[in-house]
Amino acid sequence: MAAIEMKNIVKKYGDGFPAVNDVSIDVADGEFMILVGPSGCGKSTLLRMIVGLEDITDGDMIIGGERVNDLAPRDRNLSMVFQNYALYPHLTVYENIAFPLRLAKKSEKEIDEKVREASKTLDLDEHLERKPANLSGGQRQRVAMGRAIVREAKAFLFDEPLSNLDAKLRGQMRTEIARLQKKLGITTVYVTHDQTEAMTLGDRVAVMKRGVLQQLASPRELYEQPVNLFVAGFIGSPPMNFLPATVEDGKVTLPFGTFPLPADKAKAAEGKGLLMAGIRPEHFEDVSVIEEGHVDTSRTFEAHIDVREWLGDQQYAYVPYEAEAKVQAQLKELARESDSDSLRTQLVVSLDAASKVKEDDDATLFIDTDKMHLFDPSTGDNLTVGL
Amino acid sequence: MNNDLKSRIGTAIGVAAILAWCLLPVAWIISLSFKSQEAVTNGSPGFFPSNGGGAGWSNYSDVLQDPQFRRAIFNSIGISLIATLLSVILATLAAYAIARLEFVGKRFVLTTALVIAMFPVVSLVGPLFDMWRTFGIYDTWPGLIIPYMSFTLPLAIWTLSAFFREIPWEMEQAAQVDGATSWQAFRKVIVPLAAPGVFTAAILTFFFAWNDFVFGISLTSTENARPIPAALSFFVGADPFNRPASLLAAGAVVATVPIVVLVLFFQRKIVAGLTAGAVKG
Repeated sequence: MAAIEMKNIVKKYGDGFPAVNDVSIDVADGEFMILVGPSGCGKSTLLRMIVGLEDITDGDMIIGGERVNDLAPRDRNLSMVFQNYALYPHLTVYENIAFPLRLAKKSEKEIDEKVREASKTLDLDEHLERKPANLSGGQRQRVAMGRAIVREAKAFLFDEPLSNLDAKLRGQMRTEIARLQKKLGITTVYVTHDQTEAMTLGDRVAVMKRGVLQQLASPRELYEQPVNLFVAGFIGSPPMNFLPATVEDGKVTLPFGTFPLPADKAKAAEGKGLLMAGIRPEHFEDVSVIEEGHVDTSRTFEAHIDVREWLGDQQYAYVPYEAEAKVQAQLKELARESDSDSLRTQLVVSLDAASKVKEDDDATLFIDTDKMHLFDPSTGDNLTVGL
Repeated sequence: MNNDLKSRIGTAIGVAAILAWCLLPVAWIISLSFKSQEAVTNGSPGFFPSNGGGAGWSNYSDVLQDPQFRRAIFNSIGISLIATLLSVILATLAAYAIARLEFVGKRFVLTTALVIAMFPVVSLVGPLFDMWRTFGIYDTWPGLIIPYMSFTLPLAIWTLSAFFREIPWEMEQAAQVDGATSWQAFRKVIVPLAAPGVFTAAILTFFFAWNDFVFGISLTSTENARPIPAALSFFVGADPFNRPASLLAAGAVVATVPIVVLVLFFQRKIVAGLTAGAVKG
């Protein structure tokens, strides 16, 4: 076990394009660190630099106090689970798990002990003599993990290990990985593009975009205090709503009306011209389901519900609105960066399941401006971070 | 039911026709090898030896007792095996480099290999004859091994590089992370996975070397290195106007047996889809 320190890591490919640009992350001993971001953000490249499968153009990679930039993968003593598992098809499950031990020239007795132990942990006992081709996706995944844990590696590295599984199995394996990591207490770096995995698994999450580290924080902090538009839009599902906003006299003007704003937020954003307001779907509510007298009428507005999705425990309602071309262009760009697609400017609101709003009808909605974030549209920075 | 029976009968007839077409010459050679020399000279048109015209195993024992023939078999086996071994080893390494590494001149290597494969063998016999005499390897094993190797390398390289490309990169990377050197990853992971390809290449190479006649007859002059196909053509017997057809037939059968055994043996190794299960398809 060891801490992993990345200091100003840069990866440039032949054409000079920096796939990873000046990233510094320190992973504490025993910590579960998640690297998350849209495809092409450099998260996998960074992971492969940790393990040694990619050369590091610049910066220092320090594992357990030792600079490993120039060490071959086999000398770094890390274990990795690949996206497609990379099991050895010509070897049985037993031999697959034993492979790293055989390379390390361990005694037959020790190999057997360790393989049996790993297979017990991962519930693979009855599959030991089978070949990977005859296993299901989840079993292959477990074999890949067995191969990783059998060796006393300094750290585990996971490269999107669950993306090949179906949704149900993914949920199970996610819990399994979390449990295993807690049990073994080993430093782990986990790459994913799935924000559910990122939020549920990680002690801390590093959000990356185009090779640049955007924010490194706990899942809760990422969700509640995103430092910029990208992180705000990337974390959360459905994503945060972005609306053009201007702040004047302690009030924020949105396309739906003008609402009072907490004093500290208003102060941070006042007089900055056109801003981007970010507010999560759950910070709206249908006024009709809120108890009489608990509604702050200064923060309600009339909205036309376009589409409604009822999910049982909650429901989403979509409220289209018109935005200026400039704002629209920026929203499109933002959506593109986070691998999604926004066809129209609309508000997504999450309402109580009891709400009786109808499609294609008007409703009165409450907006919780206490939870609103205000972003500088030119830099994308959150002006109200920490407020 | 009726349809099923019909299609079965049809299949059986088709199979029988193809088998007859392919195996009739072989069957005839076998038949010939059991007839006595006199019976063949006097005319023995039947498939089975006529009454009194059968020779039993005498042709075979004659052939196998002939020192020249024994020497030719030894030459053929030795030369073919060595050429195959060298060719497969070289081709495996070359194909691996072509499939995995980016280097200047990669396309050049591949096209050159293809050009060599297309080059008519006969056109090289003259130059080789001259060169080998100068180098002093005319009528020696290396004198045949080298051309066999170079003519089978291109095909082996192309076959193997296709196999290597099918093997996911991650296999090797996983091995390296697991603590293997590049060489260990190659030997313990890549080569076993490419085994069907290696065997295919080996069989093709062996066929070429074993069946070659042009080099065999023109680059040898004595039984020192003369392989079976060439030796058979020198198998004249006592009377030059009356070639010992039944002896030749027996010799041909003996020369075919190793190839048949080899194919049957390696056929099991050429199992497609060995990589199934390595990665999620």
